[in-house]
Amino acid sequence: MTQAVPVSAEAPPAATPPELEAAPRRGGWRRLLVLGPLVALVVAAVLPYLQIPLPGVLDGPFNTYGNLQLFAVCLVFGGLAASYDLLFGRTGLLSFGHALYFAAGMYGTDVLVTHAHLPLWQAAVFTLVGSAILAALLGAIALRTTGIAFAMVTLAFAQVGAILVARDFGGLTGGEEGLPIDGDRLPDFLLGVGNTVNLYWLALAYVALVVFVVARVAGSPTGRVLAGLRDDERRVGVLGLDPYRYKLVAFTLAGALAALGGVVYVLILGGANPHVTSSELTLSLLVMVVLGGPGTRWGPVLGGILYMYLDHRLTSLAADLPGPLGQPLFVLGAIFILAVYFFPGGLASLRGRLALVSNALGRRRKDETVS
Amino acid sequence: MSTFVLLTLTGLGLAALYFLVASGLSLVFGLADVLNFAHGLFLSVGAYATWWAAGHVPGAGPTGFGFVLAAACGVAAGALVAALVELVLIRPLYRRTIEQVLVTVGLSLAGVALLQATWGADPRPFPRPEWTRGVTGIGGANIPNASLLLVLAAAAVLALLLLFLRYTRVGLVIRAGVENREMVTALGIDVRKAFTLVFAIGGAAAALAGALGGVYFGSVSPGQGGSLLIFAFIVVVIGGMGSVVGSAYAAVAVGLLQQFVNYYGTAGLGDICVVALLAIVLLVRPQGIAGRAVTA
Repeated sequence: MTQAVPVSAEAPPAATPPELEAAPRRGGWRRLLVLGPLVALVVAAVLPYLQIPLPGVLDGPFNTYGNLQLFAVCLVFGGLAASYDLLFGRTGLLSFGHALYFAAGMYGTDVLVTHAHLPLWQAAVFTLVGSAILAALLGAIALRTTGIAFAMVTLAFAQVGAILVARDFGGLTGGEEGLPIDGDRLPDFLLGVGNTVNLYWLALAYVALVVFVVARVAGSPTGRVLAGLRDDERRVGVLGLDPYRYKLVAFTLAGALAALGGVVYVLILGGANPHVTSSELTLSLLVMVVLGGPGTRWGPVLGGILYMYLDHRLTSLAADLPGPLGQPLFVLGAIFILAVYFFPGGLASLRGRLALVSNALGRRRKDETVS
Repeated sequence: MSTFVLLTLTGLGLAALYFLVASGLSLVFGLADVLNFAHGLFLSVGAYATWWAAGHVPGAGPTGFGFVLAAACGVAAGALVAALVELVLIRPLYRRTIEQVLVTVGLSLAGVALLQATWGADPRPFPRPEWTRGVTGIGGANIPNASLLLVLAAAAVLALLLLFLRYTRVGLVIRAGVENREMVTALGIDVRKAFTLVFAIGGAAAALAGALGGVYFGSVSPGQGGSLLIFAFIVVVIGGMGSVVGSAYAAVAVGLLQQFVNYYGTAGLGDICVVALLAIVLLVRPQGIAGRAVTA
């Protein structure tokens, strides 16, 4: 090959970008679909009040503390996956360092609260600003490369974060042990097992915010340029726009959203855990986004929730499963490989596929939306 | 002085490990555009196959010629797995770069989990020949023989690779493919056969790194390949993608830098310096030491 193939040109297997899709058609149940996200949000928000037993899916009813915690974790990762999708699915940037900003959010908040004794809200604000600056600086260097080299460079930067945390310079991060957050500095409604439901709502608010921001950005003129960068970077350059600048904006915004997720996650776990700095986390983010459907509004969120749920669920079922099936990562990795071959659009493409099936059955003739 | 010699030679040992992993990565990337996250898996396969062979294959064992045989089994297993991965998983996705990366990512997750399911997550003691546990006095320093073994093996692999690339017909096809794949295809040569071969060579080199790394570290664990892989990526980017010689230079630079800074500075600082070196190289010379431009 003579020149490096610009990866962004062949980037993710998204169908029609939703941001370029025609306005939704009128129709009785379609109007409901527009309200769908709101309905889903309300349903998710009142779920903790309902005593629904889900045998096989959950241990006990939804509102046990364990289940609420599990779903709070799932929701945070749904939001994190959506923030990663802003890079991967919307802009076509294959970053392997997204976990770094998530970890920065976690450790930044934790260190400021536990060691610097700041109140939570100050710590969170400083952490967010600091993480955004970090993302802008590292992005400014990493974006000088494209495609695969960019992936490797972001991976290397994330590795520095992992080393810094693991080596525990100055006793700041607690090394392998992690750093439990100082509960005395936190507001009361976030403390204690009895308040798990507040953490659940916090995680829900985080997901809603990320989805809202990403959707707004994707629908804005900037979002159109980002989609253009994903599909054909050279053409955007020829149009007189500076690809570097737009990519840096996307990189910084995604980093800040991930850091916000880290702030929420440190509250849910009650401390920072060095596992979040591992490159494995970024790889699983990629898995979540691809499973869910890159470049779609809900795909990455669903992918993130499903991935974390399966990861947790398979771990608790591990004893009953034979051989390699007891390893969640084996199952998830295998599902992922199959999805790359057979479901390139992820979960979000299922609706379109089902519509095709029902078309073939001759029932709903006009329903050919592929989202 | 003796400290200097010791650090230099152990740094070279580390560099040798990086080179063995990076050379295959670099060739695979240069020729087939595949960023192979499963390369760490090949390393682990090599290490486990060597460990297994030392206990089960007749004639193989933890010492002397037996170990050579065991390592040969490991290398063969690595090459076989790599070739299979290329044929079954990578080839159907020819030219779809992102999907290829995704598949190798899935493979690295699933493969490591499979190793874990089979042999457990805990490190296993690795068969180490008697000689590699000793030290050799060079310039007043006591150098661990395992480091020397790694350096010798890497030098041999480098020499063999260069001879193969320069003086054989297949090597010519590979070099031409790295330069301009379309032209090679247009001339009626099936580059894809070269892909499989390059994967097998890379897998064999990584498996050798796994076997010798097992000797060097004294144990083998499923995640070992993954942590080496990141530094191998850095070596590939610094060296220039697709260049074996560039990988060798970069591996030496990275290994020495890491060893010296880790000794004279705080532990862990060396790893950070390596990433700083990567950032500087990218800012000054984005195509790497010996490579062609990777910026579009």
